[in-house]
Amino acid sequence: MSENILEIHNVVKNYANHRALDDVSLTVPKGVIYGLLGPNGAGKTSLIRIVNQITAPDAGRVLFNGEPLNEKNIYEIGYLPEERGLYKKMKVGEQLLYLARLKGLSKDAAMEKLKEWFVKFDIKTWWDKPIEDLSKGMQQKIQFVATVLHQPKLIILDEPFSGFDPINATLIKDEILELKEKGSTIIFSTHRMESVEELCDYIALINKSKKVLEGKKLDIKNQYKTNTFTLNYEGFEMENTQSFEVLTNYVNLDGSQTAVLKANEDKIGNDLLKEILEKVTVKSFKEDVASMNDVFIKAVNQSN
Amino acid sequence: MNNILLIIQREYVTRVKKKSFIVMTILGPLLMGLMYAGVIWAAVSSVNQKKVEVLDESNLFKGKFKSSEEFIFVFKEDNIANLKKSLKGSEFDALVHIPADVLENPKNIKIYSEKGVTLELQSRVENAIEKEIETIKLTEAGITKSVLESAKMDVTSETISLKEGGEKKSSAAAASVIGGICAFLIYLSVFIYGAQVMRSITEEKTSRIVEILISSVKPFQLMIGKIVGVALVGLTQFGLWIILSAGVLTLGSKLVGDKLMQSKNVMTEAQMASLPPEAQEMAKEKMQQGGGISAEMMPNLFGALDTLPLTTIIISFLFYFVGGYLLYSALFGAVGSAVDSDTDTQQFMLPITIPIIAAFMIAQFVIRDPNSNLAIWTSMIPFTSPIIMMVRIPFGVPVWQIVVSVLLLIGGFVFTTWLASRIYRVGILMYGKKVTWKELAKWIFYKG
Repeated sequence: MSENILEIHNVVKNYANHRALDDVSLTVPKGVIYGLLGPNGAGKTSLIRIVNQITAPDAGRVLFNGEPLNEKNIYEIGYLPEERGLYKKMKVGEQLLYLARLKGLSKDAAMEKLKEWFVKFDIKTWWDKPIEDLSKGMQQKIQFVATVLHQPKLIILDEPFSGFDPINATLIKDEILELKEKGSTIIFSTHRMESVEELCDYIALINKSKKVLEGKKLDIKNQYKTNTFTLNYEGFEMENTQSFEVLTNYVNLDGSQTAVLKANEDKIGNDLLKEILEKVTVKSFKEDVASMNDVFIKAVNQSN
Repeated sequence: MNNILLIIQREYVTRVKKKSFIVMTILGPLLMGLMYAGVIWAAVSSVNQKKVEVLDESNLFKGKFKSSEEFIFVFKEDNIANLKKSLKGSEFDALVHIPADVLENPKNIKIYSEKGVTLELQSRVENAIEKEIETIKLTEAGITKSVLESAKMDVTSETISLKEGGEKKSSAAAASVIGGICAFLIYLSVFIYGAQVMRSITEEKTSRIVEILISSVKPFQLMIGKIVGVALVGLTQFGLWIILSAGVLTLGSKLVGDKLMQSKNVMTEAQMASLPPEAQEMAKEKMQQGGGISAEMMPNLFGALDTLPLTTIIISFLFYFVGGYLLYSALFGAVGSAVDSDTDTQQFMLPITIPIIAAFMIAQFVIRDPNSNLAIWTSMIPFTSPIIMMVRIPFGVPVWQIVVSVLLLIGGFVFTTWLASRIYRVGILMYGKKVTWKELAKWIFYKG
C-alpha cells in the first residue's frame, strides 16, 4: 500500500521519429483530482496510454498503488478517451453490459450497477435504444457510465466536458466530485482552464514531451503570483511610493480611478494599504491572483 | 481468456441476430431450390412434342425416323404442293420433303416450317437419312447389316482407383464436381467473411469504440476474438445452408418428381391414339427406355458418391475452410486496421486477393489433372492450398502430401496472425494518416 495511487518514474517513450515522453516523472496522491495539462501534442495521451497499458514505456517505471503496473490493474482503472465512440448499432443496455464485463464485472453485478446509474441519470427508457438514435451528448453520458461503472480506483478522463451542454457538464462535474468523495482518484486531462480552476487539487504541466510543473494547485498559483494589486479609489492620481510602483492608472466613467500597483520586494498588501489610506479614499483593494490560464501560458512560454 | 470469449460471443451474437444474416441464411437454400425447380420445369416443359410430317418420295425411309420426346414423325402419301399448302393451320409443325432421287442428290432434302426449323430437327433428319443411305450403300457393296452391327462396338470406360482397400469403382466426374464445389465455397467464404472482418475492424476504428475497448483488452485479444467470432458465424451459416438445402431439395424433388411422372403419362396416353402404329410402338419403347434410364442413373450417381472418401472430404473441407479463412482474414484485418475508411482499402487489397483468385484459376486446371506438378506444389503453399487441396482430395491424395499441406497451412495462419497483430495494434490508434506500404512494414517491428 502506498499513499500514492500512481507514481511515474523517468518514463521515456519514443515513436518512429520523435520522442513523445522525455524522462517524465509524476506522483498522483490518492483521493485527489489531478489535472494533467499541456498544449496539443505535448505527450499527455502517450502518458495516459502507458498508464492504461495500451503501450509500454521504452524506459522508466510505473507504480500503481505502490506496485509495478500489471495486467490486473486494468480492472482498477477507468478510462474515458478524448476520441471516443460506441458501437452504433448496439443497444445501450447491451453495450454497457458488454463493456462492464470486459472490465471484469460479472453479469449480475454489472446489471445491478447499471440499474443504479440508469436511475441516477434518469435514462431508463434508453436501455433498448440503439446508440445511433442518441444525440452526441447522450452518448457521452453513456460513455461516462461505462468508464466509472466498475468503480475503478483510478479514473482517467480525457477532455470529459467536450460535447456537453452546460446542464450536462454540471451533472458530470458533480459526479466527478462524488466519485472523489467515495475515494476514487481522478486524473483529468483538459485544455479548459476554468474547469481546472474549479476541480483540480493537483496539477502537472507537460510541454514538448517534458514535465514543466507539478504540485498542489494553490502552491503553483502562489509561485506564479505577480505581486500586483488592483486598487479602485477616489482622489488625486496615485504615484509611486516606498512600497509600490504604479503600473497603470486610468479614470473610470463614474469619476473613480483604477490603478494596478506592483509591490516592491518584501512588501505585502498591508504595507501598501497603509500608505494608500493616507492619500486617497479606497473603494476596493484586491490582490491579483494568478489564474490557471496565466500559469499555463507563462509556464509554456518559459519552457519554450 | 475470459475477455476473448466475451468478444467472440459479442461478435457472434450481433452478427447472427442481424436481419441480413437471417435473410441470407433462409434465402440461400430457397434460391437453390428455385434453381433446381427451374431446371426440372424446363425439362418437363421441353417434353412438349413437335409433330413433323414426312413426304418420302424415295420410299426408302418409311419407319426409319425414330420419334422421341421432342419429335413425332408421321409419314404422309400426298404430293408436295398439297402438303405445303396444308401445313399452315395443320397440327404439324414442320414438313420434311425427301425427293425420289435422294440417293443421287442427297442435298435436295427440304424442311418446311412455319416458325423456322430448329437446329435439332435439322440434324436429326439429316442423321437419320445419312445413316439409312449409308446402310443402303453398304448393302449394295455387299456388306450386310449384321456384319456391320458386329463391327460396331459400344465403348464406355469405367474408371477404377487403386487404393489400399483394393479396387474401388470411382467416378472422376463426381470427384471433380465435389472438388469444384468445395473449392468454390472456400474461395467465396474467404472473400465474404474476410471482408466482414476487415470492414468491422475499420468500423471500430472510425467510430473510436476501439479507444474504449483497448483500455480493457489487448489489441491481440480484440483481433482474435473478432476473427474467431466471424468464423463461427460462417460455420453456422454453412451448417444451416446444408441442412436447409437438403430439406428443400428432398421436399422439392418429391413434389416435382411426382409431377414429372404424371405429365409424362398424360402426354403419352393422349397422343398415342393419334399416332400411326409404328410411331406408337416407338414412342412406347422410348418411354420405357426413358424410365429405365432415370431409375438406373440415380443409384449410379449415389454409388459414385459412395466411392469418394466422403468423411475425408468433409473433415478436410472444414479444416481448409477454417485454415484458409484464418490465414486470409488476419491479413484482411490488418488492412482494416491500417486505413481510416473502406474506400482506402483498395491499395492494400490487391496483394491479398491475387493469390486467392490465382488459386481459384489454377483450380480449373487441377480438376483436369489433379496430380500434376502444379497441383502438388500449389496444394502445399498455404496461400493456395485451401482451394487447390480441396479440388484434389476427392480424387485421392497421398497421406504425406496432406500432412505437409496441413502443417504448412497451420504455420501459415500462425504467421499471418502474428504479422497482422503487429500491424493491428499500431493501426487502430493511427488516425488521419494515409498509410504507405513502407510504414506498414515499420509497424511490424515496433516494440511494445
